[in-house]
Amino acid sequence: MVVSALHRKLWRECRQMAGQLLAIALVIAAGVMVLVISVSTRQSILLSQHEFYQQNHFADVFAEVTRAPNDLLPSIAALPGVNITESRIRAGARFQLEHFPDPIQGEILSLPDYAPELLNRLHFLAGGPPTPGAGHEIVVSAPFAEAHGLNVGDTVTAILNGRMQPLSISGVALSPEFIYQLGPGSIMPDYERFGVFWMSRQALAAAFDMDGAFNSVSLSLQVNADHQHIIAELDHRLGRYGSRGAYTRDDHLSHRFISEELAQLRVMAIVLPTIFIGVAAFLLNVLLTRIIQTQKQSIALLKAFGYGRWYIITHYLQMTAMVLLAGLIAGVLLGVVVAEPLAQLYAIYFRFPEFRFALQLESLVVAILFTALAGVLATFRAASNAAKMAPAEAMRPPSPARYQRTFLDHPRIVNWWQQPTRIMLRNLRRHPFRSIISVLGIALSGGLLLLGSYQFNAIDHMLIQQYRHHHLMDLELTFAEPRPLRSVSTLKAIPGITYVEGFRQVPVSLQHNRKSWRLLLLGLPESSELRRISQSPAQLPADGVAISQYLAADLELEAGDRIELTLLIGRQQQFSLPIVQIVEEPMGLGLYMHKDALNRLLMEQDTLSGAWVLYDKSQAEQVFNALHQLPYVASIGQISRAEADIRFYIDSTMLGIMTVMFLLAGSMTFAVIYNNARIMFAERQRELASLRVLGFHKIEVAKILLGELALLIALAIPVGWAIGVSFAWLLTQALSMDLFRIPFVLSSQSFALSALGVCLAAAFSMLLMLRKIWRLDMIQALKTE
Amino acid sequence: MNDKNSPAKIVFSARGLTKTYQMGDVEIHALRGVDLDLHAGELVVLLGASGSGKSTLLNILGGLDTASSGDVRYQSTHLTGISDRELTRFRRQHVGFVFQFYNLIPSLTARENVAIVTEIADNPMTPEEALELVGLGSRLDHFPAQLSGGEQQRVAIARAIAKRPAVLMCDEPTGALDSKTGVRVLEVIQKINQELGTTTAVITHNEVIGDMADRVIRLSDGQVASIHHNQQRKSPQELSW
Repeated sequence: MVVSALHRKLWRECRQMAGQLLAIALVIAAGVMVLVISVSTRQSILLSQHEFYQQNHFADVFAEVTRAPNDLLPSIAALPGVNITESRIRAGARFQLEHFPDPIQGEILSLPDYAPELLNRLHFLAGGPPTPGAGHEIVVSAPFAEAHGLNVGDTVTAILNGRMQPLSISGVALSPEFIYQLGPGSIMPDYERFGVFWMSRQALAAAFDMDGAFNSVSLSLQVNADHQHIIAELDHRLGRYGSRGAYTRDDHLSHRFISEELAQLRVMAIVLPTIFIGVAAFLLNVLLTRIIQTQKQSIALLKAFGYGRWYIITHYLQMTAMVLLAGLIAGVLLGVVVAEPLAQLYAIYFRFPEFRFALQLESLVVAILFTALAGVLATFRAASNAAKMAPAEAMRPPSPARYQRTFLDHPRIVNWWQQPTRIMLRNLRRHPFRSIISVLGIALSGGLLLLGSYQFNAIDHMLIQQYRHHHLMDLELTFAEPRPLRSVSTLKAIPGITYVEGFRQVPVSLQHNRKSWRLLLLGLPESSELRRISQSPAQLPADGVAISQYLAADLELEAGDRIELTLLIGRQQQFSLPIVQIVEEPMGLGLYMHKDALNRLLMEQDTLSGAWVLYDKSQAEQVFNALHQLPYVASIGQISRAEADIRFYIDSTMLGIMTVMFLLAGSMTFAVIYNNARIMFAERQRELASLRVLGFHKIEVAKILLGELALLIALAIPVGWAIGVSFAWLLTQALSMDLFRIPFVLSSQSFALSALGVCLAAAFSMLLMLRKIWRLDMIQALKTE
Repeated sequence: MNDKNSPAKIVFSARGLTKTYQMGDVEIHALRGVDLDLHAGELVVLLGASGSGKSTLLNILGGLDTASSGDVRYQSTHLTGISDRELTRFRRQHVGFVFQFYNLIPSLTARENVAIVTEIADNPMTPEEALELVGLGSRLDHFPAQLSGGEQQRVAIARAIAKRPAVLMCDEPTGALDSKTGVRVLEVIQKINQELGTTTAVITHNEVIGDMADRVIRLSDGQVASIHHNQQRKSPQELSW
């Protein structure tokens, strides 16, 4: 049977070229793996999020105020487009646990007393809401409970508005509002030192003096509601109650972090597979062009026997199909293997009631279509010309390849080079397309490596900026109420506390160019040692404000401009203040002024909102115990902990991510170089054998072939750097937001790592090549025409 | 078969050469005990049908291949049992090869194809001299793709002799050429043999070419079948096929 004979031919050829085909399949596998992982993970998060939001009625609009009467609610509920309105009380609190000396910060929210909440409903993992009327019961967020091994019936001690209160846990729950559970001012969850709690509204109102009032409101909107209008209306109605501005889900902290992650996964799902499968298609094309070149006579023979053009194209498509299939299967398997631990990682940071990673059919379909398209294009381009050729034409032996001179042959420098150098350059020149794509393929993997290490470097730089240059305190204490200056002396008197600085902080709203921001204005003490807004403890001018670069850029402000500022406390006075300094900060939105100047604006004597503290670490327990005894300390933030948390996270993920990056980039570099080398070798076996006959040693012959590859690599490394730097810059832009900005800093290590990765993969493929050259059979190579 | 009549110095001497190799599942006995001497300055033609072992013999003498048993000596050096590195050095210094399919480096011009050898040889002529010798002084800067088959073969000869080798080995040098061009190539080979005194061995299955040799050695079935001395060497112009 002729058909089965052809299949046998195909099978034998595939076995002969197994190395090259496998290398290409590997690149496809890498692309498919990334596609499967990113699409599946994204879909899983999206579905889990959607389900959680729907089932637990996540609100659409949120607003926080200082204190508003409950009577206000009906007018909000009556706004056109509003579906459900629910008010609540929300407050910061301190918590203490036995056997855990560190201070714990908490956010505590009210639950309706006699009915389930309408919006942002809790999902109970254990227990249930507090018994109606039971003021001593509390619901604890699941990650906090898990971090401390807390269960229903256990007791925690809360300091609510300065009063210490033992509370019994009635339930452990997850909330759609805190899928990503983040403490104030941090970018990484710390489940041990920050928790979210819920308790009876009545009890909370009593503790925070909120009877008949609320300080937080959530709204769900109708499908076609005008969000902008409702926000404007809310701001209008709540303005005089100290509203910090209503916001939609887009500005909701937890929702935003999830959206950022989804957006990143989306980019990953598009960019990386395109690169990998594109490079694989190119490699296939080069390989098939070569195979078909050597099989021209067989093709002619088949055509002479009466096989049609399509039959011949199909024959080579089958070879492509084998590679694609191998790549697809390996990619999907790898994807499933890698996706599981990745899903675990997501499950730590995104707390859904159910986060089950499921391989998405969609990703498979996309992967199959995408790789199939690339493979068919690659094959078709290579096969169709040969299939078109008249049989007689194809039977003729090929004429010697045509070459051109290069710049090396310029009369001035013509004598500088020996013949092997000429051979290398003229060959690269002869296949400019192949050379360029090879350089690009290698460069892309170098770029990926640079990008991979850049992320970690940049975060490291950001942490150093934030915690070594700007926030130098060990602890940040906030007071329940503004306190007189002498509180500093009380704190200083605590044994173990070595240094104290008081600060004043008030919520304000900034207006400029019809844009507005609501944030905290920080009054800094004279030449603060612990909170620096520039590299040195510079003097803040007595009047005017300093503003962070990100905010200034958003509001289109420069130093010297004046800014309209409204105090969101007391009588809501408005001021126009000059901007005296623009501050570069990696995290948060800073607005600063001299503490005394702020006190003058507030028409207060020296008052403080809180204090920054340095303490002797060997006396931590005494210090914390003493602080726990001070009722007016509303929260104790361990600033120096935050850095350690983030560094722990980085250390635990970096190795994994860099390994994957190395494998991805390495597989691509390896495949590109190995395929190049194999094809060069196949095309030039005779030439190399001739050189051996002429008396060239093996190593001299190897130098020519490997020299060509080395030249490609030498070109690719700087191009890779350029690509990596561009990727890094794009990432920096994409990740620039008010919570934090990843700085665009590149270390020499990143460049070295990128080059090293490329060189390692190259060296590996060159070693395999060297083996071929060593085994080159001169006589056999010269016999064949 | 020892040849006792030649007065000139012996350059190559082979004794009891055998070569067997595996081709798939079949063991092929390419040489079955060949004794042979080549003398300084002589032109020898090795005749034989395909598979007679003539290429294998030439490859072993030229250091491209090693014998399974027996002994080959080049002047006082034993070529049997030496390392690949030493064989390479031997080829580099003493042997010039010409093949049926020229085996030029397609990315180098005629001049550069010769230069690639002169750059690594001890006492070479210049590429220009070598190409002048084969009558290609005007085609120095042409790439192989721009030269005819005969011209390519002459470049290959120039490349082989530029290092002033002790011996020139030609494996079917006219095999891919028409008779007129072939005669032109043979003229060049004869000229090299006479003017430079290079010991020359030409492999062919074309009987006619034997007439230009000092000696014609016939191989058959891996053994020397006969050795014939030409009293009168014909010049290549007198040959036709």
